[in-house]
Amino acid sequence: MTILIKNGHVVDPANNLDEIMDILVEDGLITKVGENIRTQAKELIDATGTIIMPGLVDMHVHLREPGREDKETIATGTEAAAKGGVTSVLAMPNTQPAIDSVESVTLLKKIIKETAKVNVFMAAAITRQRLGRELTDIAKLKQEGIVAISDDGASVDNDALFQEALEKAKEQQVLVICHSEDKLLSCGGLVNLGLTSTRLGLRGISSASEYNRVARDIQLAEKTKANIHIAHVSCKESLELISQAKKKGIKVTCETAPHYFSLSEEAVLGFDTNMKVNPPLRSKDDLASIRQGLVHATIDVIASDHAPHTENEKDIEFERAEFGVIGLETELAVAATELIHAGLLDWLELAKKMALNPARILGSNKGTLGVGCDADIIVVSPDKEWIVQKEKFVSKSKNSAFLGKKLKGVVEYTICAGVIIYRNADVHREDR
Amino acid sequence: MAWIRKDLLGLEDLNKEEIELILNTAESFKEVSTREIKKVPALRGKTVVNLFYEPSTRTRVSFEVAAKRLSADVINIAAQESSVRKGETLIDTGRNIEALKADIIVIRHSASGAAEILARNVSVSVINAGDGWHEHPTQALLDIFTLKEKLGRIEGFKVSIVGDIAHSRVARSNIWGLTKLGAQVTVCAPRILIPPGIEQMGAKITDNIDEALSCADAVNVLRMQFERDEENAFPDQLDYFKKFGITEERLKKAKKNIIVMHPGPINRGIEMSSAVADSPSSVILEQVTNGIAVRMAVLFLVSQGHDQKNDDIN
Repeated sequence: MTILIKNGHVVDPANNLDEIMDILVEDGLITKVGENIRTQAKELIDATGTIIMPGLVDMHVHLREPGREDKETIATGTEAAAKGGVTSVLAMPNTQPAIDSVESVTLLKKIIKETAKVNVFMAAAITRQRLGRELTDIAKLKQEGIVAISDDGASVDNDALFQEALEKAKEQQVLVICHSEDKLLSCGGLVNLGLTSTRLGLRGISSASEYNRVARDIQLAEKTKANIHIAHVSCKESLELISQAKKKGIKVTCETAPHYFSLSEEAVLGFDTNMKVNPPLRSKDDLASIRQGLVHATIDVIASDHAPHTENEKDIEFERAEFGVIGLETELAVAATELIHAGLLDWLELAKKMALNPARILGSNKGTLGVGCDADIIVVSPDKEWIVQKEKFVSKSKNSAFLGKKLKGVVEYTICAGVIIYRNADVHREDR
Repeated sequence: MAWIRKDLLGLEDLNKEEIELILNTAESFKEVSTREIKKVPALRGKTVVNLFYEPSTRTRVSFEVAAKRLSADVINIAAQESSVRKGETLIDTGRNIEALKADIIVIRHSASGAAEILARNVSVSVINAGDGWHEHPTQALLDIFTLKEKLGRIEGFKVSIVGDIAHSRVARSNIWGLTKLGAQVTVCAPRILIPPGIEQMGAKITDNIDEALSCADAVNVLRMQFERDEENAFPDQLDYFKKFGITEERLKKAKKNIIVMHPGPINRGIEMSSAVADSPSSVILEQVTNGIAVRMAVLFLVSQGHDQKNDDIN
């Protein structure tokens, strides 16, 4: 199978490419990148006026399988990924059962092999059943192919146990992804603590519940020299701590999610449960800091924290509704709209944060368009507008924070391992 | 001006003119309760459903009396004993009530935002009779109605709200309503019971009761819900009375004509002394009477309103 993509604006931060070129794909690999490639190809994509970039690597995705197939499955979640231009995901281990043993990894690998449409990296839990009491067997899990450990949804509260986990992770060269939240401080909270929580009469979640735990996680990373990655950073103080830690040479990276750089706590007024996320949408001040953190590269990665929930779990009283939003199908367009079209980042920088950096952090050679690399490529119309509609999601769940929003940026083709796994049905009709 | 809203969910959403319209409508309805035959046909043939997820006697009875004086048929659902126990969701319950062709749902719920979620999902009118810590608009409206009756107007007067502000829907609705009408509001409580952002809502803060009383034209004393203190945030009851209780001695230092209000039921000897509760300054029973007129006004007005969402589509 050969694919020739012609005349697109090729954006490849790994090779510092940012110009109009052609790309040739043969047998799953990128075999040529250059001007005026002349060859016979089975599939020819005219990419004039579009961006050609590495397929996105989303390192924070809840695929829910095994256990909560009513919310999402690996089949539907990876189909959503393909539509969103995501060619690799890191599946979070808070499934039922949690991915905390050789048996559960074996099961997960089987489902991935049989049903996944994009590349799926696996993360395992740090502690058994994510209860924060007993460490999983990190060495064995690594042998089974997991690339990171995380108790995402919870932090390991016990300092000594977490330090031991970091030491083992260091030994095994496994990344530790920190859900940095002190639940003693955030306990029972629903929205950002402040005017919004008071106006709504809802229990507040302080920024301190996040940044106090970020501080601890950084401290233990420094002590153990392990690699840590702070998930879903939402507030200014966390960024300051991470920035200082990086300057000191501590091995810490971090991510934020599209909702934290595009929405503030005011989106929750009106009790829209699709704005209920953890950590909560923060103040306008925090939102501005997150945007600056992306500009100044304190934030390495944009990841969706794709968290599907059924309507039964969202269409209820705010305090009873689940935390989380889906994001795979909107993350690139939200980033394009809020960061690129707003003049904060260019495509090269965005490709770094959504493809190259997460791939490197996970120890993968994906996220680039280098010759010889896996042909994970997306073709994006940067200026095409669309409106987010519930009916259009291919994810099993529809709990998007962007329903009804107009976004700019459309994925036209997603190529994964040299195969076109998604093409925008409207690609020719809507061309103007 | 005419009333256009289908629902009354809170006072934060309303503008000054809308609040004044409710108060003026209430004034004209107040007379009905003094007649020998206490009934007008304004809502004849309409059905009002009181959907109460929290136990409440005074608010439910007040709404029931108000609806009956407007000739509506009233159905009371104590939801905590009914289908909810069988797992029915709030929205499904609302839609079932709608299918019974009810016209107005009056909802009381322990979850903040419950009234708004219900209102979004049914086309019948929804009146918020208290949702969590969020809002209790008809209570604030009857407080304001009572004040206006005593003072002639609201603008320029000083009102202090004393008690557990953090967990009080009555406090929030009063702050919104009073500030919109031009009153100066001060809240007074132990610091731990004052939530963040109160000043941005337009109120001043103090933890000194004498300061709160010193230049106030009225004081609204909230019920301390010691029975609901899940977080153990409250001070000891006797200690609270010592520091924040309204006593005759404290009122001696206040304005002579200070008006004392309380949404009830009173904890005598905790928020205020018995002597104060029964003193001429107290308008607590007038509040109860005025509650009928205000709720008649709200029931009547929302029955005239309509779903603005549908307007946008057409």
